[in-house]
Amino acid sequence: MLRLLFFLVTAIHAELCQPGAENAFKVRLSIRTALGDKAYAWDTNEEYLFKAMVAFSMRKVPNREATEISHVLLCNVTQRVSFWFVVTDSSKNHTLPAVEVQSAIRMNRNRINNAFSLNDQTLEFLKIPSTLAPPTDPSVPIWIIIFGVIFCIVIVAITLLILSGIRQRRRKNKEPSEVDDAEDKCENMITIENGIPCDPLDTKGGHINDAFMTEDERLTPL
Amino acid sequence: MEKARPLWANPLQFVFACISYAVGLGNVWRFPYLCQMYGGGSFLVPYIIMLIVEGMPLLYLELAVGQRMRQGSIGAFRTISPYLSGVGVASVVVSFFLSMYYNVINAWAFWYLFHSFQDPLPWSVCPLNGNRTGYDEECEKASSTQYFWYRKTLNISPSIQENGSVQWELALCLLLAWLVVYLCILRGTESTGKVVYFTASLPYCVLIIYLVRGLTLHGATNGLMYMFTPKMEQLANPKAWINGATQIFFSLGLGFGSLIAFASYNEPSSNCQKHAIIVSLINSSTSIFASIVTFSIYGFKATFNYENCLRKVSLLLTNTFDLEDGFLTASNLEQVKGYLASAYPSKYSELFPHIRNCSLESELDTAVQGTGLAFIVYTEAIKNMEVSQLWSVLYFFMLLMLGIGSMLGNTAAILTPLTDSKIISSYLPKEAISGLVCLVSCAIGMVFTTEAGNYWFDIFNDYAATLSLLLIVLVETIAVCYVYGLRRFESDLKAMTGRALSWYWKVMWAGVSPLLIVSLLIFYLSDYILTGTLKYQAWEASQDGWL
Repeated sequence: MLRLLFFLVTAIHAELCQPGAENAFKVRLSIRTALGDKAYAWDTNEEYLFKAMVAFSMRKVPNREATEISHVLLCNVTQRVSFWFVVTDSSKNHTLPAVEVQSAIRMNRNRINNAFSLNDQTLEFLKIPSTLAPPTDPSVPIWIIIFGVIFCIVIVAITLLILSGIRQRRRKNKEPSEVDDAEDKCENMITIENGIPCDPLDTKGGHINDAFMTEDERLTPL
Repeated sequence: MEKARPLWANPLQFVFACISYAVGLGNVWRFPYLCQMYGGGSFLVPYIIMLIVEGMPLLYLELAVGQRMRQGSIGAFRTISPYLSGVGVASVVVSFFLSMYYNVINAWAFWYLFHSFQDPLPWSVCPLNGNRTGYDEECEKASSTQYFWYRKTLNISPSIQENGSVQWELALCLLLAWLVVYLCILRGTESTGKVVYFTASLPYCVLIIYLVRGLTLHGATNGLMYMFTPKMEQLANPKAWINGATQIFFSLGLGFGSLIAFASYNEPSSNCQKHAIIVSLINSSTSIFASIVTFSIYGFKATFNYENCLRKVSLLLTNTFDLEDGFLTASNLEQVKGYLASAYPSKYSELFPHIRNCSLESELDTAVQGTGLAFIVYTEAIKNMEVSQLWSVLYFFMLLMLGIGSMLGNTAAILTPLTDSKIISSYLPKEAISGLVCLVSCAIGMVFTTEAGNYWFDIFNDYAATLSLLLIVLVETIAVCYVYGLRRFESDLKAMTGRALSWYWKVMWAGVSPLLIVSLLIFYLSDYILTGTLKYQAWEASQDGWL
């Protein structure tokens, strides 16, 4: 009698957990891809941990706090490693609706991943999409800050150059008026010294007398 | 008394200015493409022959004209013959067109540079879709780098007719780019002469750093071997020779009037022959140097994508047939595929269309040029390197230096004739003229920051300068040799520099180079006529990318 009941129970279990069964989910692990040399082997102890994590997730759902590890059924474990699981209710005759299981797993995805040292890509729940973390958006985009800094530096540099250019030009405008007067006086002095114009003194009889300094050398260069 | 013409503080500044102008983005993003298309290592043969036959003589001619006439392009050609001042005006107009659209590249470089200070780099991940269960659809179909370029940077519209609005972020970057250019040309040769020390040398520092990094990347040798193995049969292809000639011609920046402008600020006795040879040699070797860097980056990217493809295929097979995780490797993939095909024929044939044949060759074959290379391919390679922020900042800083260096030459070509003209310079000081030119170019350049701006950019890039430059340089050469007189010019140069003109230059100027330019002109014109209606590539957001 007991044996018949046992067979019945396992038969029911077998029916509840089947690939493609209602409310069943397929799980796929890529342990070697994630951990390389430190990969652990997938054995019944790891399966026990998985059942515990699923039960834990279900217990967080209101109304399902009584979920036990024995309510989680695993089947069809392959070498991949992949398997199917269902969560039954307390009577172990019906499976919990897929929607509830889905939302429970999504809420606790991080904890489940961490328990196995895997991430969303290496511990896949097919048909349960993971919530992706959005990239952190700072309140002021960084590029505007850098743009502002460089913009201000360039504007300051332009203003400084323009102002110094204006100042230089103003100084140059004052100078030539003084220099011109001095030059005129000098020229007048040279040509009319002692009442005799100096130029003809250089070239007496058509020969240039080098003893006489030329005009340019008389003036000390500025 | 006439005001003394401003001069370069020393001949090194002049050489640096010419190098900074000639070495531009074309060396980085066009030459590697040509090398790849026309037979790898064997493209160097037409390239170097054209350099010696066409590039050096024409460069020497422009520098000599500028140094002899000591005026900008308009004044220089008016001195040669009053009927030829139109050549100078044409140079100024073409320079103006170029400066309008060229600075947009600097704006893009600024945009990417500012965005390189984030972790992770914004073009390395796709943004999430509405309910955060996956990535944005457009980004999934294209790649994250393409998405960032076409959507986030350009916000491109589906066709050139749909203008869209001005993108304020890009407009700000364009404004900044013009302010930086204004800052550099503000004081004429005084400020330009100091800036070119940086714009000429910094790109080489970055290229050397990238060379070392590139050669040590995984898969770099694949790229180098593939690209540089010479395919000698391409030497018989006339297109290779034409493209070699065109590349030399445009790479040196002849015909814009910039070289005449720069040389006009030279001492009359400087040895412009030596300078011409140095500048053209440095320009060509930079092209080859940059293509080594580019090919090693290509190799890295292609190897990375190839290995990714293999990984994806392995994952697909592992998942479908529930094989043990980690069983499939690159070496046993083919064997296992064969076994699976025979063991589970029906399942395998279902899967077959999804298994793309991963091929390293096809990854390497993707030849890209222009903005696609600079902003998509390179960024894709950079995002896979370690410490990608550093490499990204270095790379875009180098692009900026190259771009600004070329802009300095362009604006010099426009401003030198304007400041030389007595009428304008008596009313306005030099700073105001520069400011006005920058302001007008910036205002018109806002067109390129609209949503359809990239299409306008492509039009300008392909057609604004090509034919006109060939014609300008042809008329320049004929003007100097036949209107001014080659013998007269020769004696001028001898009086100026003290060196006699070698027979080689005379033969080139009078005969070979004009013939080459005429043949290039004929080729381009026939190409335009035969192409018929011109087409452009548009980016369609809802489809796979290109229409």
